[in-house]
Amino acid sequence: MSEKKHKYPWNHIIGFVLSIALTFLAAWTALSSDLPVMWIIISIMVLAVIQALIQLFMFMHIVEKGAGDAPWNMMFHAAVVAAIVVSGSLFTMSFGFTHDHGGGEHETEQHEEQGAHEGH
Amino acid sequence: MQLDEFFVTGEPLIYIGMAAIVLVSGTILFVLTYFKKWKWLWAEWLTTVDHKKIGVMYILLSLAMMFRAGVDAMMMRLQLAFPDMNFLNSQHYSEVFTTHGTIMILFVAMPFLIGLMNYVVPLQIGARDFAFPFVNALSFWSTFFGAMLFNISFVIGGAPDAGWTNYAPLAGSELSPGPGINYYLLGLQLSGIGTLATGINLMVTILRMRAPGMSLFKMPIFTWSTLITSFIIIFAFPILTVALALMTIDRIFGSHIFTLTGEGLPMMWANLFWMWGHPEVYIVILPAFGIFSEIISAFAQKQLFGYKTMVWAIILIAGLSFVVWVHHFFTMGAGAFVNSIFSITTMAIAIPTGVKIFNWLATIYKSKIIFGTPMMWSLAFIPSFTIGGVTGVMLGMAAADYQFHNSYFLVSHFHYVLIPGTIFACFAGLIYWFPKMFGFQLNRKLNIWAFWLFLIGFHVTFFPQYFLGLDGMARRLFTIGPEWFTLNFISTAGAFVMGAGFAVFVYCIVYSYFKSTRDLPGDVWGVGRTLEWATPTPVPKYNFATLPDVKSHDALIDMKEDGETTFDEDKLESIHMPNYTGQPFIMTAIMFFASFFLVFEWITLASIGLIGIIVMMYVRSFDYDGGYHIGVDEISKIENSLRGHDNE
Amino acid sequence: MSENVHNNVPLEYSTDEGQNSIIGFWIFLAAEISLFATLFATYAVLFSRTADAMEPAELFQPGIVLVMTVLLLTSSFTCGLAIHFMRQGSLKGTQILLGITLLLGMTFIGFEIYEFIHYVSEGVTLQSSAYWSAFYILAGTHGIHVMVGIGWMIGIIIQLFQHGLTAFTARKVFIVGLYWHFLDVIWIFIFTGVYLIGMVV
Repeated sequence: MSEKKHKYPWNHIIGFVLSIALTFLAAWTALSSDLPVMWIIISIMVLAVIQALIQLFMFMHIVEKGAGDAPWNMMFHAAVVAAIVVSGSLFTMSFGFTHDHGGGEHETEQHEEQGAHEGH
Repeated sequence: MQLDEFFVTGEPLIYIGMAAIVLVSGTILFVLTYFKKWKWLWAEWLTTVDHKKIGVMYILLSLAMMFRAGVDAMMMRLQLAFPDMNFLNSQHYSEVFTTHGTIMILFVAMPFLIGLMNYVVPLQIGARDFAFPFVNALSFWSTFFGAMLFNISFVIGGAPDAGWTNYAPLAGSELSPGPGINYYLLGLQLSGIGTLATGINLMVTILRMRAPGMSLFKMPIFTWSTLITSFIIIFAFPILTVALALMTIDRIFGSHIFTLTGEGLPMMWANLFWMWGHPEVYIVILPAFGIFSEIISAFAQKQLFGYKTMVWAIILIAGLSFVVWVHHFFTMGAGAFVNSIFSITTMAIAIPTGVKIFNWLATIYKSKIIFGTPMMWSLAFIPSFTIGGVTGVMLGMAAADYQFHNSYFLVSHFHYVLIPGTIFACFAGLIYWFPKMFGFQLNRKLNIWAFWLFLIGFHVTFFPQYFLGLDGMARRLFTIGPEWFTLNFISTAGAFVMGAGFAVFVYCIVYSYFKSTRDLPGDVWGVGRTLEWATPTPVPKYNFATLPDVKSHDALIDMKEDGETTFDEDKLESIHMPNYTGQPFIMTAIMFFASFFLVFEWITLASIGLIGIIVMMYVRSFDYDGGYHIGVDEISKIENSLRGHDNE
Repeated sequence: MSENVHNNVPLEYSTDEGQNSIIGFWIFLAAEISLFATLFATYAVLFSRTADAMEPAELFQPGIVLVMTVLLLTSSFTCGLAIHFMRQGSLKGTQILLGITLLLGMTFIGFEIYEFIHYVSEGVTLQSSAYWSAFYILAGTHGIHVMVGIGWMIGIIIQLFQHGLTAFTARKVFIVGLYWHFLDVIWIFIFTGVYLIGMVV
């Protein structure tokens, strides 16, 4: 502990500045840029993942002496499970059709009623 | 609310149930008071944080629940024995199959396996206890109170009746008003908290508290399967938590997640339920595989064949368990592409499972088998389970599934995997570790009777159901037509033989308690290969006085060769022990009442309960109780008296 | 056994018990990720199912959401600094920074409550439609987590006054810190996946 006594918390300051910057970048991308919607969604999700990594590595000390391998290992698998749960649900509940957020609701609705009947 | 709305009225069978509850609890209260055992009960059991005692309580809970859900099964089989029977009406039949399924999965299979894990895993890895003994007690009591909450439903307020899968929109508030479904949601929620906590606890215990030298690939195979099971629990149970919470909010606070109105999506429930439900199936089967692996290699007196492939097979099964859930609702109409993907992942599971089956066979091959009773259950498991597995692959083919879906073919399939897989493993494991737990052997002759009755009864019950399914008999029918009579009658007869097998097993425990000799050696069966058999019987409360250096996954075999024991006087150190505490019991009891109030949607009372829970958490947080130490002299004294006979 | 003292690691890792608890908490956070992933999945599947209620793009206000995000990010930063001061052995620094974190967290909750009240006054409630149910439950679950974090942190600060910095209290501070950062991680995804996407689509 003694060698850390006078260390300046650079890690935290850099992490903080980066996350604020990334937040405003994401907000700008979403609200003011001219990118197509699909690209906006992809790019702001990437920014969110980078921010999460900053929190994990710079603030939460996910890899450090004493913590062992379990933290990063479990976080990695949690990310995989989260991806399966979110994308798997969207995939399955699209009923094999691509969602059209504007006007395609009618079609999906019919199918879901059918599905509910067969489910029993 | 009127009293006659509060209690379920008008059903003779339920009156019998009420009378039985009053009678049994009255007897328990009387016995405890008469023999002045209240203090003993509180000081030794209700406040315990010892993993061994908690494990025993899990198993007792599970056996009691097995009786309850078994009676449900008998009632269903009786109703289906003859065409147009009038034993149960359709509503009552729905309630009975719902509680049978839910209890068997969540309050029989899981507590039984978790009970065995509780008892055995710390002993197998040379740990003093779980990493978090307090949390372990909390887990048990929340499982216990969850089970109690679910069980009182049939006398107070009415039992849930939407099947153990509880599909929306049937389970929504429009089609199922009243407290029934709320009991399901909150009973499972309460016990689910406990299961998740156990998963975390076991994982930390296994990762951090192994004996010196025991690297991951030197762990006994049951410990490995427990580790992987914990992994599945940690990621799967939160999904159930959310699904249950969403439906609770739908029902009580009027949201529209699974409703037909407000553009809700009822099939989202099926999606979430099975995203938990399929991993859940592996939560109850992987530990069973671990138990069979231990027993087969012990009684075949051979090292487990392909230890490493066994481990990798478990890991692969665990991974695949998260990507197959849609095969439970192929008929939802998700389209050919979605179904094809999940069909392929489903069939892929047969590969690692097949690897395991062949490894067990190779372990037995050319070995000198000792026909101990645990081994008999394990040998019966292999062919019976394989039948279930093969029919599972048939169900996994999406196109064919449109024929099999929700027929008795499916019913037979999952009983063929869950009974030979999980229930046989529970029996085998209990008989195997029983002498370690209680210090006496179970009577062999009665055990063999129980085994044959249960095995034959099982096949007679469920084999005909495959053909009933192919003949078009649908699941959850409350009455049958004459064309299905013969096979149903055979099935019912088999069910009663199974029931007799269970009764003989319970009788066997009582009989052995009075008749069996005590004073057993540490390695009771004489074939033990792992560290739990290195401890003296009964196991001292601190488990291990000293630990050996582990060199392989058959630690005890090496110790025998080197003449080592877990009591090396030169290496003794004082052992730190946690104090017993009543907080887990009180905290979960408050949760029980809060959930009970929420079942009846009495929001004010439930909020008071919530405040009580928060207060209890604060009490715990400010509790700096550091436990106590057992000194070297005392350890020496205990070990010498326990080892008196097997040190000669 | 189980009382080995580890040197050359921060105070919170210095006992086996401390290491076990911290690793156990990481595993709990993994379970929490699964929990929030399920809520996100429900939200995503029910996206655009607003029935007769308003669309999210009509209601969401970028200004408030940005302020909330900055508040939570800053609180995560101060919470990280608290751990930094704890590792330098400064009890006072730890307490002050945890206190600031607490205030920022409360302000965040204040904004969230204001936001929800505003939506309800516009006629959009939990019962309005599938989409809005999913929205309130997802954002609300995060909000409840923050409130739990506030209550927890108050308890920890009191314990710091009672016992000072020991291996036991240091472990508790570190764990509540992990929890707080984790809530920030979840908020980043709510900010992006719910608010930004809701305003774009």
